[in-house]
Amino acid sequence: MVALLEPKDGGLICKPGGFAIDPWEPAELALITHAHADHARPGSQQYIAADSCVPLLRKRLGEDIDIKGVPFGEPLTFGDTTVSFHPAGHVLGSAQIRVEHQGEVWVFTGDFKRDNDPTAEAFELVPCNTLITEATFALPIYKWESGHAVAQQIFQWWQAMKAEGRPAVLFAYSLGKAQRVLAELMHFTDESVYLHGAVANMTDVYRRQGVPMLPTHPIDLDDKSKDYAGQLIIAPPGASGSAWMRRFKNASTGFCSGWMRVRGNRRRRGYDRGFVLSDHADWPALLKTVEQCGAQQVLTTHGRGDTFVKFLKEQGYVAEELSTRFAGEADVDTGSESRGSA
Amino acid sequence: MEAFEQLYVALDNTTSTNRKVQAMSAYFAKAASSDAAWAVYFLSGRRLKSVVPSSVLRLWLVECSELPTWLVEETYESVGDLAETIALLVSEPDGHRAGAIREVSLTNWVNERIEGLRNTDVYTQNQRVKHWWKSLPYGQCYVVNKLLTGGLRVGVSQALLARSIAQHASLDRAVVLHRLMGDWSPNADFWEQLIAKDEGETLSSRPYPFCLASPLTEPPEALGDVNEWLAEWKWDGVRAQVIRRDGQTYIWSRGEELITERFPEVASAASQLPDGTVLDGEILAWDANGVLPFSALQRRIGRKKVGKKLLTEVPCCLLVYDQMEQGNTDIRQQPMNHRRAVLESTLKRWAQESSDSVAAALPGLRISVQHKVSSWDELHAIRAESRVERVEGLMLKHYSALYETGRKRGLWWKWKVEPYTVDAVLLYAQAGHGRRSNLYTDYTFGVWNDDELVPVAKAYSGLNNDEINTLDKWIRKNTLEKFGPVRAVEKHHVFELAFEGINASTRHKSGIAVRFPRIVRWRHDKSVRDADSLDDVRKLMDPA
Repeated sequence: MVALLEPKDGGLICKPGGFAIDPWEPAELALITHAHADHARPGSQQYIAADSCVPLLRKRLGEDIDIKGVPFGEPLTFGDTTVSFHPAGHVLGSAQIRVEHQGEVWVFTGDFKRDNDPTAEAFELVPCNTLITEATFALPIYKWESGHAVAQQIFQWWQAMKAEGRPAVLFAYSLGKAQRVLAELMHFTDESVYLHGAVANMTDVYRRQGVPMLPTHPIDLDDKSKDYAGQLIIAPPGASGSAWMRRFKNASTGFCSGWMRVRGNRRRRGYDRGFVLSDHADWPALLKTVEQCGAQQVLTTHGRGDTFVKFLKEQGYVAEELSTRFAGEADVDTGSESRGSA
Repeated sequence: MEAFEQLYVALDNTTSTNRKVQAMSAYFAKAASSDAAWAVYFLSGRRLKSVVPSSVLRLWLVECSELPTWLVEETYESVGDLAETIALLVSEPDGHRAGAIREVSLTNWVNERIEGLRNTDVYTQNQRVKHWWKSLPYGQCYVVNKLLTGGLRVGVSQALLARSIAQHASLDRAVVLHRLMGDWSPNADFWEQLIAKDEGETLSSRPYPFCLASPLTEPPEALGDVNEWLAEWKWDGVRAQVIRRDGQTYIWSRGEELITERFPEVASAASQLPDGTVLDGEILAWDANGVLPFSALQRRIGRKKVGKKLLTEVPCCLLVYDQMEQGNTDIRQQPMNHRRAVLESTLKRWAQESSDSVAAALPGLRISVQHKVSSWDELHAIRAESRVERVEGLMLKHYSALYETGRKRGLWWKWKVEPYTVDAVLLYAQAGHGRRSNLYTDYTFGVWNDDELVPVAKAYSGLNNDEINTLDKWIRKNTLEKFGPVRAVEKHHVFELAFEGINASTRHKSGIAVRFPRIVRWRHDKSVRDADSLDDVRKLMDPA
């Protein structure tokens, strides 16, 4: 089978279409699945993304980039190929990209999840011959509870800290995870939440697109004496251990990530609480997607690609691991925005 | 069990020692005596005698999870903890359980359910355990698995545990620590004695908590007048406490293991001591020519029963340096110089009264020699002889020092000689356990032997978190081959290793074994070719 999408020359390249998907080196024409830093990199001449992704990309890559937004599902023609964007359910504006060429259909999932998320367009199943899927959490221990249930745990922790008169600082990725938490918390409260600047920036972009979330206030950097006892604060993981944290006296810390499913990951970081919340597909969702899309061939990108490939081969699929520069849910120890997504 | 599981979660959900103490005290305040006793048993790191081997549990997990064996193994390797892997694989996140299991106390869980497995056939064991796995909520499933597979390990030190019990019972922490020592059965009586205001009848076998020294990081001159300090060799052996009470002899290791039978020559010598005597010292392999390398002592450590041949080849003794009890009286609150005088008189009298000629030729008890000097310079000179004397350096103890419970900085110092160092190449890596699970943190290093790199040391510590993460990522990308959980990696990175000693070894391919290897620094500046050779390492070898 001729590869319609191949990882080479600095991106996931489509030769007959003359474009690159989520290129890690500048390209002439870059199709972007979503706005996380390991998928949306600067320097390309022209970008194309789903409509709702465009404001996030502008915020991240600069207002002056050459970018075109497309509605989900609308067919576009590039060279000999027909291309369309379909919701991936990962974060606001995240897309799977479908590429059709001479009757052959390939789908790249980008990062995706199938759980309910009030802040992202719901995942759409796209039938295909070849599925290129992420495999970030491709181990059977990764099974997610609903975002609603995790938000309840976060809310209970916040209330318990309030009773103890302590601030509750929650680390969550500034694009996607933080807004998902802010939206899910609306089931339990209408109180305000304080945001780190990086989280506040992205939350503004979400609000301008009409995503309902709890009211928020940015942290006032000049007001050093403010007492945050009993407040919930959301910050990017990179802020953990920084001087910025000193303003929250006696804080309890929590981290939102799929990796928190494993105790060792949480202990190593020294967080008080780990909340298992991920915007990636868990093991059952990966299997279900492979099965339902009807693909004969499955290629894996980042994560536990080798394990997933071996398992799929045993199930009778043609499967192979691709080498890309996507980072998946950044390892809990880097925690920096530049290294990955949530 | 629910209450104990919640205690576990509370302990696991905080890094603050105060909150841990609060959580434990709160548990003890509510728990039945027998449950409190079992909680102390597990929190102090004690474990049940294995009921089902973990290899069997892994087979059952494969059955229960309906996943391929290799995937279960790979998952286990990634999680790094069997109890947790089981709970993660078989429990549903939302916690809705089929055929829920009746809630019983921790004591019942241990005594009835887990211990009850011992007297049943494998089929019944399999059915029962799998039923637990499928019916228990995640947290309880995890804790029950922890009890089944060994230790609890929830970041509670002995000192912290003692602090919470002391707080709960309004006792002195040192008293609690002492009562927690030695061999005891976790039952209601034990708990009630543990928290009793008055000691009542004490166990004759109970050891005292060991007094620990801190490493000296400043020049010894900073300690003031040399005449206030007792200086003696720091030996590399097995720390041990010898008890002679009620006509019985007990030898305890620092890990609170009873090792009386393993060192019959020490036990036999100690049986001559006056009743009500407790001594502290170091067990060493020692023949007619003096102390033997630690590798010789290692041949004795693991043996429960010692054969005549080994007894002749590797005779052992206790090198005694302190006395905590004299004539059934606890003298730990007497100053060091007083205890030293008592010790000297005890051993002197013992040596005179002992008529056993074998014991005289190869005494099972020797007194630690005191270096009497009048200046720090003299001590520097003596310490420089450490390697030749086959010791690790010097111990410095202030004459006024009491025999403290645990490590109290300032009055007992270990002043070790500088370690040996070599530059070695990273060859293999394996994932760690506990908080380092799913990170590659257990490394094997090699040095050159002609054109080949031969493994010489394993090291687990010495890198900071950033270095560990960087190296972990590199290892994943540069794996040449996987042998089960072990990855052979590209030969690329050089590390400076430090260790305390080198001995000839027939068990290692390299022909040498190193003591306490650890990583000093990552030598980014060195290439693989710059690493040391086996010859370089051999030249460092202890004078044989």
